[in-house]
Amino acid sequence: MATGTEPPDTDTHASRGGVRSPARAAITPPHLRTDRWWLAPAVTAAGLLAFVVYSTWRAFANAHYYAAPYVSPFYSPCLAENCRTMRMGPNADLFGSWWAISPAIIILIFPLGFRLTCYYYRKAYYRSFWASPPACAVAEPHGKYTGETRFPLILQNIHRYFFYAALLVAGVLTYDTVLSFRDQHYRWGHMGLGTVVFLVNIVLIWAYTISCHSCRHIVGGKLKHFSKHPVRYRAWQFVGRLNARHMQLAWASLVSVALADFYVYLVASGAFDDPRFF
Amino acid sequence: MSVVDRQEWDVVVVGAGGAGLRAAIEARERGARTAVICKSLFGKAHTVMAEGGIAAAMANVNEHDNWQVHFRDTMRGGKFLNQWRMAELHAREAPERVWELETWGALFDRTKDGRISQRNFGGHEYPRLAHVGDRTGLELIRTLQQKIVSLQQEDHRETGDYESRLKVFQECTVTRVLKDGERVGGVFAYDRETGRFFVLEAPSVVIATGGIGKSFKVTSNSWEYTGDGHALALLAGAPLLNMEFVQFHPTGMIWPPSVKGILVTESVRGDGGVLRNSEGRRFMFDYVPDVFKEKYAETEDEADRWYEDPDHNRRPPELLPRDEVARAINSEVKEGRGSPHGGVFLDVSTRMPAEVVRRRLPSMYHQFKELADVDITAEPMEVGPTCHYVMGGIAVDSDTAAARGVPGLFAAGEVAGGMHGSNRLGGNSLSDLLVFGRRAGWHAAEYAQGLAYDRPPVDDAQVDAAAAEALRPFSAEAEEQPAGGPPENPYTLHQELQQTMNDLVGIIRREAEMEQALKKLGELRVRARRAGVEGHRQFNPGWHLALDLRNMLLVSECVARAALERTESRGGHTREDHPSMDRVWRRINLVCRLTDPTGGLAATDPVRGQISLTRQTTEPIRPDLLALFEKEELVKYLAEEELYE
Amino acid sequence: MSSYEARFKVWRGDAQGGGLQDFEVEVNDGEVVLDIIHRLQATQAPDLAVRWNCKAGKCGSCSAEINGRPRLMCMTRMSVFTREETITVTPLRTFPVVRDLVTDIGFNYTKAREVPAFVPPADLGPGEYRMFQEDVDRSQEFRKCIECFLCQDVCHVVRDHEDNKAAYAGPRFLMRIAELDMHPLDAAAETGLDRKRTAQDDHGLGYCNITKCCTEVCPEGIKITDNALIPLKERAVDRKYDPLVWLGSKIGRRSSSA
Repeated sequence: MATGTEPPDTDTHASRGGVRSPARAAITPPHLRTDRWWLAPAVTAAGLLAFVVYSTWRAFANAHYYAAPYVSPFYSPCLAENCRTMRMGPNADLFGSWWAISPAIIILIFPLGFRLTCYYYRKAYYRSFWASPPACAVAEPHGKYTGETRFPLILQNIHRYFFYAALLVAGVLTYDTVLSFRDQHYRWGHMGLGTVVFLVNIVLIWAYTISCHSCRHIVGGKLKHFSKHPVRYRAWQFVGRLNARHMQLAWASLVSVALADFYVYLVASGAFDDPRFF
Repeated sequence: MSVVDRQEWDVVVVGAGGAGLRAAIEARERGARTAVICKSLFGKAHTVMAEGGIAAAMANVNEHDNWQVHFRDTMRGGKFLNQWRMAELHAREAPERVWELETWGALFDRTKDGRISQRNFGGHEYPRLAHVGDRTGLELIRTLQQKIVSLQQEDHRETGDYESRLKVFQECTVTRVLKDGERVGGVFAYDRETGRFFVLEAPSVVIATGGIGKSFKVTSNSWEYTGDGHALALLAGAPLLNMEFVQFHPTGMIWPPSVKGILVTESVRGDGGVLRNSEGRRFMFDYVPDVFKEKYAETEDEADRWYEDPDHNRRPPELLPRDEVARAINSEVKEGRGSPHGGVFLDVSTRMPAEVVRRRLPSMYHQFKELADVDITAEPMEVGPTCHYVMGGIAVDSDTAAARGVPGLFAAGEVAGGMHGSNRLGGNSLSDLLVFGRRAGWHAAEYAQGLAYDRPPVDDAQVDAAAAEALRPFSAEAEEQPAGGPPENPYTLHQELQQTMNDLVGIIRREAEMEQALKKLGELRVRARRAGVEGHRQFNPGWHLALDLRNMLLVSECVARAALERTESRGGHTREDHPSMDRVWRRINLVCRLTDPTGGLAATDPVRGQISLTRQTTEPIRPDLLALFEKEELVKYLAEEELYE
Repeated sequence: MSSYEARFKVWRGDAQGGGLQDFEVEVNDGEVVLDIIHRLQATQAPDLAVRWNCKAGKCGSCSAEINGRPRLMCMTRMSVFTREETITVTPLRTFPVVRDLVTDIGFNYTKAREVPAFVPPADLGPGEYRMFQEDVDRSQEFRKCIECFLCQDVCHVVRDHEDNKAAYAGPRFLMRIAELDMHPLDAAAETGLDRKRTAQDDHGLGYCNITKCCTEVCPEGIKITDNALIPLKERAVDRKYDPLVWLGSKIGRRSSSA
């Protein structure tokens, strides 16, 4: 235009895709965040890694998982012939004698699957292990991304089946907690420190399980008209309140289940004597 | 001169707020190919700021409500200066317009029995405002926006093109309405993003550009409110009506300075918030004017009972029409009973539990928390009047929304005058947008269809003149010494204009000050011709502002001239030197016209100005509508001869 | 009232290129980043391009990235920064830049058009709609959206992968689908439109890996991930991955048609 109102020429910048795609604002750094954005994923990664190491050791140990009346949550229910006998305990020899390795492996698949496909844990490990993305507005290092659209990640959609399984497991652990109101000689009406550990754990396990997004969907979220289902609406509201704390519950129950197991380990290995209250 | 891109449409709607979008929907549904032009992005119009609700006598909450009561409230609020036929149409049609929104997907708050909930508001006798929390305007805009998208989806299914019958030109600004003799021929516009000019040829142009608040320093209005539509109409030869009536919303934020003017919704008072001065007194009880004495509570006890039992108690005086409350706050501050930052206290923290405040007024809670660091559940807000709305506007025909004297030009929404008289009731704005937006779209489409084989041509000379006018700010810099002095910074000019209007033609007006204002406006007009900008045409805000200045100056002159002329106080016009309402003035409309023979293209004499003012006597109110009022009430407003006609 | 000189870096340029430009500018009590940008316009850079409208966090126009985080400039108070800090303001980095802080957000308008509109129930006229508050609560939360598109900007699916833009609607518009699917009177199903299935098939719900950045940046505090995206994913599972639900619906349909 004669008025000299055309945009001036400026040098073009090298482009590499993502935030550095050609048409976008020419800014070289992959992000400009000045806060400690890496802290959260680092802590998450450390926490999850610690749990993985601990639980792998304990799951394969195949030892020190029962100290009457306590059974480690990692080994309950115990479904192979090589299980320690636990009176009234969650033993059922479904797998027979061919199962040679630790019986924990059979049952841990379910809580593991539940947590692996959990909407919170997905966020946690996608961010901290996959760096997809490492933090908000921080460029991810991958060239290609298809999310949960294809195998294997499309399997995340089966979360609700693991939720059903997790309900059963939580039921068994509740039973274990009831059994913990006995003494070493299986007499009812007693309590020890372990009973308290089990109680805390089972409350957190239930809270985490119930606060699951799939559960929220199943109890009421799928409905179009809450007004026609007042009971399910109340249930949905209740689950919704827990669901808002899903992350906190995920961590709390992860720690509590490890602690419950560790407590049984200490008692079973003789390193610690379960203090009895009555 | 460069060749400017031209397109043909049937109806062009300028503005994409509530009125513009409603007009576009109507025009498109009636078969007209419709283009919408808006200064901002689609869906960002100032309508999103409306908080309280849409007034419509649906009688969902109080069964006694009906259109007659709504009409009565509107006329009382406007101090009987309203164009009564508009007020009637508005009251009659508002419920249908609200219900229609539901069929387009709007989700209002509900009553227990599943209908649209309605809330109390200043000046409305019954709970009447359909609302969604305190973000009703957003719901309105989003619903209309989504309706437009759904029409485009229909067109896409039929024609393969989303924009074949309805297109939104976003971030484009119209600087001229083009004409063929007397008739409208189209609009001249520029695209903000590229700075390119284009012409949309159309026999019908609907102006729906909103208000003029950006001419004032303290305002709740967004940057777009530069009076573009008012100025476009003036320049196209249409008259403006009653521009002296500018509503100052009583409760704007006053602290910190950067948020001064941002609105504090009237629902705060509708839901129980009270106004107190620095002595802790609920001062509104001292300011109930005679015409409203019977309708408002005299004691705090009675006022407080009204929230629970409105049938047997009178409403609290905090809910008087906005002009009354704004004036009351002004006097309290003037007499030294104001808050630390020069306002008064608006308190909900002692009136309801924190949790109720957060639920009923979520965006107010956030606004104060985030912008002022004030927790309104724990401490009172500081508020003061802020320029909010202009009742005056383009003079239109009540039924068709056609601008007087310019065939093919229509106007709806805030830019149109008459509907609200001298003062608008809260909630009547959103319903106004819908009722008259629809009517404007309807008649614009009809008018355009009538000219299907006789489309008014647009000659190149007009287009070239408009382009030259729009490019002027760039040459102001280039010229060695442009007539009369160095280039002016448009931002500085704008600030001076805002200060002038705020100080001299603000909420309380005096003859000498307004004369001074006119003088200052004359000077600014001369300087604005030298407004220069740096850089190029691509998204250049300095340039945009330089172009908007023309409009703000025109409109400001209208406001100042009309305010000087009207020697009484009524609604949104308060004269310190003529403090009372004068029944003789009720029938008088002040009409502004452009006098400048060059149509604003050349410099004008700063003393004489660009606007001429005439008085017009309004037609008498239809007897059946008058019969809705008690005689004793009419006596307060109507002159003797009107009563016995 | 105290004021000080702050250091700013503002990105200036256009599609051809550009860079961060340094400014020193006055800051007063209670101001927000947008006030400072306006001061730059009025005093140092009159042609600095920026979008804004309401300056009250209600219109969602002034989206930008401040110190690398997507935010509304009008809702970012200067008091959250120290006086020593240099504040960097850039345009949104997911969309093509137009000029300075203004980007071409046409992507969002394109996606908006691809979501089928509300379908009114055939048997109800205006004024006959009856809906209960508990039934509209969920969709009302999503309708609080001011369309600032910060969620679209921060979402790594398109931010970091330009080629996903074609297939993925982004959090804002997946939430719009959730809103319509939860609308108590939406009659899409009656017309053969299954919003649950199309969310996955046509709008790229599967790309979302629920890493929650959309929720983190939402200035309206909408729980986009927990209340819209995950429930929508669960609804898609009902349709596509849950044989029990599929079986149930087959039986249900047969018995209801019988």
